[in-house]
Amino acid sequence: MKTFPIGGVHPSDNKKWSNTKQTEVLALPDVVNIPLGQHIGAPATAKVAKGDKVLTGQLIAEATGFMSANIHSPISGTVTAVDMQPNGQGLRQMMITIKREGDEWMPEIDRTAEIKRECKLEGAEIIAKIKDAGIVGMGGATFPTHVKLSIPNGCKAEYLIINGVECEPYLTSDHRTMLERGEELLIGVEILKKALNVEKAVIGIENNKPDAIEHLQRLAKEKKFAVKIEPLKVQYPQGGEKQLIAAITGRQVPPPPGLPIHVGAVVCNASTTVAIYEAVQKNKPLIERVVTITGQQMKEPRNLLTRMGTPISTLIEMAGGLPEGDIKVVNGGPMMGRAMVNLDSPVTKGCSGVTVFAGQAASRVEADTCIKCAKCVSACPMGLEPYLIFRLAHKQMWDRVEDEQITSCIECGCCQYSCPAGLPLLDFVRLSKQTVMGIIRARAAANAPQK
Amino acid sequence: MTVLLFTILTLSVLGILSAVILYFVAKKFNVEEDPRIDDVEKMLPGANCGGCGFAGCRAMAEAMVREDDISSLFCPVGGGDCMKQIAAYLGKVAPEKEPTVATVRCGGVCAKRPRTNTYNGAKSCAVASSFYVGETACAFGCLGYGDCVEACAFDAIKVNPETGIAEVDADKCTACGACVKACPKNIIELRKKWPKNRAVFVSCVSKDKGAVTMKACKAGCIACGKCAKVCAFDAITIENGVAYIDSQKCKLCRKCVNECPTGAIVLRGMEPLPKEPKAPAAKPAEKAATPVAKPVEAVAEKPAVAEQKTEINNEQK
Repeated sequence: MKTFPIGGVHPSDNKKWSNTKQTEVLALPDVVNIPLGQHIGAPATAKVAKGDKVLTGQLIAEATGFMSANIHSPISGTVTAVDMQPNGQGLRQMMITIKREGDEWMPEIDRTAEIKRECKLEGAEIIAKIKDAGIVGMGGATFPTHVKLSIPNGCKAEYLIINGVECEPYLTSDHRTMLERGEELLIGVEILKKALNVEKAVIGIENNKPDAIEHLQRLAKEKKFAVKIEPLKVQYPQGGEKQLIAAITGRQVPPPPGLPIHVGAVVCNASTTVAIYEAVQKNKPLIERVVTITGQQMKEPRNLLTRMGTPISTLIEMAGGLPEGDIKVVNGGPMMGRAMVNLDSPVTKGCSGVTVFAGQAASRVEADTCIKCAKCVSACPMGLEPYLIFRLAHKQMWDRVEDEQITSCIECGCCQYSCPAGLPLLDFVRLSKQTVMGIIRARAAANAPQK
Repeated sequence: MTVLLFTILTLSVLGILSAVILYFVAKKFNVEEDPRIDDVEKMLPGANCGGCGFAGCRAMAEAMVREDDISSLFCPVGGGDCMKQIAAYLGKVAPEKEPTVATVRCGGVCAKRPRTNTYNGAKSCAVASSFYVGETACAFGCLGYGDCVEACAFDAIKVNPETGIAEVDADKCTACGACVKACPKNIIELRKKWPKNRAVFVSCVSKDKGAVTMKACKAGCIACGKCAKVCAFDAITIENGVAYIDSQKCKLCRKCVNECPTGAIVLRGMEPLPKEPKAPAAKPAEKAATPVAKPVEAVAEKPAVAEQKTEINNEQK
């Protein structure tokens, strides 16, 4: 069975809490907060003002340039504010607040349950539709999908890889989507194949989801979809784009500015593919997604189909409320997720799950001294040396950190997970990446006028 | 015997040859160095803190000797006296700069700024601020993990464990600016240093709206503008939801301190003006009030002394 060649760890997957739970539709929220920056790239530009009436699915913020994404209203009602508000990490972010009045949809959105397989649109039209629907990578990275699908000159896509790996422990939203919306997913794959003009399409699924593998294989056979379902050996972070490409095609994406397309691959998350189906065939923009609310101590872990902008506290209530004692609520899974301080913050396009830890699991172990055992080095799937970056970051030697290829880092957290001394490696690696990216951008800006 | 003689002879010839080559090389590549650089370097404090903007005292000394106009060069550690001495030695005009002191502009002590969560990531302000708001709801306040303390070469800044906020020892501070650069929240500012470490400044940098600030911290500036109205010297500006006192224009009249409803304006090294009952009269009345205030102030100082005594008595008990 295939997997990626470098590094990786094996955290226990803890998916049993929610992977058998059917996706439920969460009641419509009364008030939603929609951040303008919920994707990689420039934040969208608000198209509504206080007092405006909006319908469900109406464009409320427009992409600012190519590397950005549209944002649509997830409910119908009145805009009550466009203002700075704290996000999950408490940092101030521009958000549109909408108060709900009924649930009136934009007329062009097809809300019937009918599954439409035939797509007559051309490749460019499909990409334009995806762009209009504001679709971004829903696995967590929130990279605008239309950017990914626009193949740069001189490159050719050979493989379309659908990411059904969901290697992050605890989370089951992609798993449930593959099980419950398999046919839509496979139609989405067909649409993407057409948009990219590729022959080979592979859905990569880790072996800990045998039901999803079997279900999709059967569907593909029965309904004659030309797609290969590839079971993969369980290993974190297989869901990383570069790791998945390596696992399936055996090709290594070159370090930045190298892109997956340089090895002929385009990777798209499973939930995103379903959203693409809805956008292209049903005219439905990205206004809702499946969010897993889980945790060992939660009374009722669930998979909830949630409108964007719903407060995360609502999801927690649906799962039986917070347990007693010390609590850590993480937006995402335990490896890559970010701890939250503001539970009233909204569900965004990249929020695939909320994981709650209680008691001992809520706090980190005390950090000790690095003994240079290099476990982090062998765990790093990008072949970096986290212990060295950690030390260089302490000394603020950013030029050396840049030489260490910090920009390749995918922030998977394998280094910190594997560290026997419990060092906050990821904290400093993330800081280093942020700082070095800032330096690179400043340098590019300084060099730009000279050209 | 011949072997010995041969060895000595060869080595001697080699030695003489190398000496001659080295002599000419040294002549050819001789670097003329101004002897004044050494002298100036000795006059500088030798802290190598980088507060002047150069890599160390040597680089600063080179620049001072090289440049004709040294008005833009200033060693914050040595201060005006040191600069005058060097300028006199070099026969140049001494750069003049008012002495400044690092000031931590955050008053969000534990009692006034409640903790909303516990952070147990890496104890570094740079790390914490890179991904989250901090242990309180204020996104602008002091995090208290001490990046500034690590940056300070003079042991002049400490994080007070009781308040959770960095505090500057004004006597030790040389205004090198290392802490200013280290603070990811841009809280520390170099402000004019008054005699006896007197100071009036807005101890808040929160750009949040008043209500949000108040919710997060009872000591925050809510940009109500009362201080700016009362200031007779036009020293206070309100921008981005926070008041700022220009230390160049401020005359330490302290009127703003009494006006501030949240206590965000901090007074150091001086007694506050006595609180007067609010008079409906406008400016003329205020002018009249100023001379009257002085004797009252003198009276106000007395109880402070009395308090100190009682404290001492308590300790003796």
